[in-house]
Amino acid sequence: MTLFDMVSGDTGRIVRISGAGPKGIRQRLLDMGVTRGTEVRVERHAPLGDPVEISIKGYCLALRMQEAQEIEVEPISGVCVPPA
Amino acid sequence: MVSTSARESALAHRNAVIALAGNPNAGKTSTFNALTGAFQQVSNYPGVTVSIKEGTAHHAGVDYSIVDLPGIYSLTAYSQEEMVARNFILDGQVDVVVDVLDSSNLERNLYLAAQLLEMRTPMVLALNMMDIAHKRGITLDARALSVRIGVPVVVISGNRGEGMPELLAACASAIAAGPPEATHTVDYGHEVEEAIERLTADVAGVAELAARYEPRWLAVKLVENDESAGAVVQQLGATFLLERAQAEMQVIERHYHEDAATVIAERRYGFAAGATRDCTRPTGEARQFATERIDAVMCHRVLGPILLVAVVASLFVWVFKISDEWAWIPWFGGWLSPTGWMAWCFEELAQVCAPLENEAPMLHSLIAHALIGGVGGVMEFVPLIFVMFLFIAALEDTGYVARVAFILDKVLHIFGMQGKSIIAMIVSGGLGAGGCAVPGVLATRTLREEKDRLVTMLVVPFMNCGAKMPVYAMLIAAFFPAHRTPVMLVMWLLSWCVALGAAWFLRHYVIRGEQTPFVMELPPYHIPVLRSVVLHAWDRTWMYGRKAGTIILCISVLMWALMYFPQLPEDAGLRMSPNERAAAGLAHSFAGRVGQAMAPVSELAGFDWQTNIALMGGFAAKEVVVGTLGTSYSMGEIEAKEASPLSERLAKDPDWDAVRAFAMMVFVMIYAPCLATMSAIRRESGSWKWALFSTGFNTAVAFVLAVVVFQTGRAMGLGHL
Repeated sequence: MTLFDMVSGDTGRIVRISGAGPKGIRQRLLDMGVTRGTEVRVERHAPLGDPVEISIKGYCLALRMQEAQEIEVEPISGVCVPPA
Repeated sequence: MVSTSARESALAHRNAVIALAGNPNAGKTSTFNALTGAFQQVSNYPGVTVSIKEGTAHHAGVDYSIVDLPGIYSLTAYSQEEMVARNFILDGQVDVVVDVLDSSNLERNLYLAAQLLEMRTPMVLALNMMDIAHKRGITLDARALSVRIGVPVVVISGNRGEGMPELLAACASAIAAGPPEATHTVDYGHEVEEAIERLTADVAGVAELAARYEPRWLAVKLVENDESAGAVVQQLGATFLLERAQAEMQVIERHYHEDAATVIAERRYGFAAGATRDCTRPTGEARQFATERIDAVMCHRVLGPILLVAVVASLFVWVFKISDEWAWIPWFGGWLSPTGWMAWCFEELAQVCAPLENEAPMLHSLIAHALIGGVGGVMEFVPLIFVMFLFIAALEDTGYVARVAFILDKVLHIFGMQGKSIIAMIVSGGLGAGGCAVPGVLATRTLREEKDRLVTMLVVPFMNCGAKMPVYAMLIAAFFPAHRTPVMLVMWLLSWCVALGAAWFLRHYVIRGEQTPFVMELPPYHIPVLRSVVLHAWDRTWMYGRKAGTIILCISVLMWALMYFPQLPEDAGLRMSPNERAAAGLAHSFAGRVGQAMAPVSELAGFDWQTNIALMGGFAAKEVVVGTLGTSYSMGEIEAKEASPLSERLAKDPDWDAVRAFAMMVFVMIYAPCLATMSAIRRESGSWKWALFSTGFNTAVAFVLAVVVFQTGRAMGLGHL
């Protein structure tokens, strides 16, 4: 499952960033805190469905669905609020 | 990209240099303002502070040079800002780095601190925005953080200017103490550490590298497969280092089943998370963040776009309301307005110079046309531009602009740009109420992706900047007096269609290549700080106004010369009225001859030779179009403010009708960017190629569209609306 498949309000834990896509984007996501084991929550999608806003490490990050597809997550059940 | 003058002047002063580093939105710029009192803006929008600014601060009888580095999240080679910041520190002119941290978002902020620590420059951490952290239910222990990281930590408030003496005192002692202990840096884990250790020894063995770089820092960069570090090593011929680094990376990858750069980033975040845990504790009083509640409305699927339109509309109202009173469309308002006051200054100047007309006709003509007509025309718009930038700066300060980028990214992405492009387009006049493409081109610096940036830069001149407004206003008054608002709306929509269409075309046929990703922080909402909004608006207005004194003055003189020489022979046109003689003189001049030579072609779009001359003037600055048109139609002196005689004249002219006027408005909207914009494009794109391209491309598009409008209008028998 990837971030692409999650809907607003879903919470998950990052498993890995798959290698596809341009070289810089992977590093950029890592720099913004998209690292293995980090909890993310999908806050909302933009009115046209893309990009998506996620809450990660206590702040909000917007990324395109194309990038969201590269981020593998495992859903967390029973957790509603990620720690700030 | 690094401002050499900032460095040189820092060197010349021989002051200790304090470099401010930090994440975007961490309050770095407000800290800079609080330290130096300098003119600069606080910004909630990622990366507005891209150029390096310098100021001076005093503490305990010592002067410090304060350098404001671009806001960054990391120190990779993938972004220009990060390279600028990194090189500035590496160049060794920095005595101490102050890392400004957003206390409410400590973990991600410490990720950068972890990397700065590795550069082993003396460092101080400034904990900013403690109040917001408190609101979020977090208390921070500065001492615990200092013990954990091994550098001084100072609590400050950039917005309120608190903690600055303490910060400077900490900087002084950090400089005295020298580089921080290496023991507090990130532990990358056994396998990676061993690899780094071996490479560090290798780097230390190359004298040229060891002299310039902290060996461990470079070793880490090599293991990260950093392109820029690799290039430096290659340049010095130490290719064996690259081979060793490759080998080490493979070992790491085999061990962790992840590439080395990922392992390193994760370890750094581990370090940041550990340090955050050690120095924070929850108060248990976390309120629901206002930002979440606001975003639930602002970014709502249905309400979001409606509110976006409402915000745009309120900008219209704000500027139009002010402009009605301030005589924005120059001949509708009163004379007490700032715009009117500006005009009055230039009128007085004209009065003072009037006696020259008989004594020194050439000097009088030069002053009247080049200085008063050219420069005065630009200066009259300065108050308007300032009012508009006030609104936009306030909007940026709230953080809403990042949401605009979020909401619109999908649409702009289709046309080969990205959400952030919207800022540049709004600044350039995308809201339909004035603006200027010069700061618009500069605003593209917020785009990290080179191709998106170039495309945006090339299409912002299509927006309706303030200088095009007098042309529209004059023609609307003449031919669409009853339809002022709908026509302006059509012009606004058309500018967007052309800009988006051109972006799509450029992205598909000229600047091809894969679309670049979009990863952007949505910063928390803030109430704008009045002082910073005013400073920000002033900065941009200054940028606009400055071209009046420089480029526009030069070009105005040049255009004046082209229209003044060669003069009519003494004996010609003796029976003409002065205005007729002026028109005949213009026809006889270089510009007049070119205008007449082009007439057979330009007639396709309905432009006669008089119009051609006016449009040529517009290559320099769109401000001069109306004035030149007035002269060429024997109207004598036409002040943009008092263009109604010209309006009336054109309305009565049987050769002019609504179709022709509209074709001219379309042409003026689209054709070649003014010289100030061209030079901005040259500077920002790094080559004349794109500046010249935009001149040719835009003019071609403009002409084709103007011909289509004119011929279609004629074919449909339209004319007098």
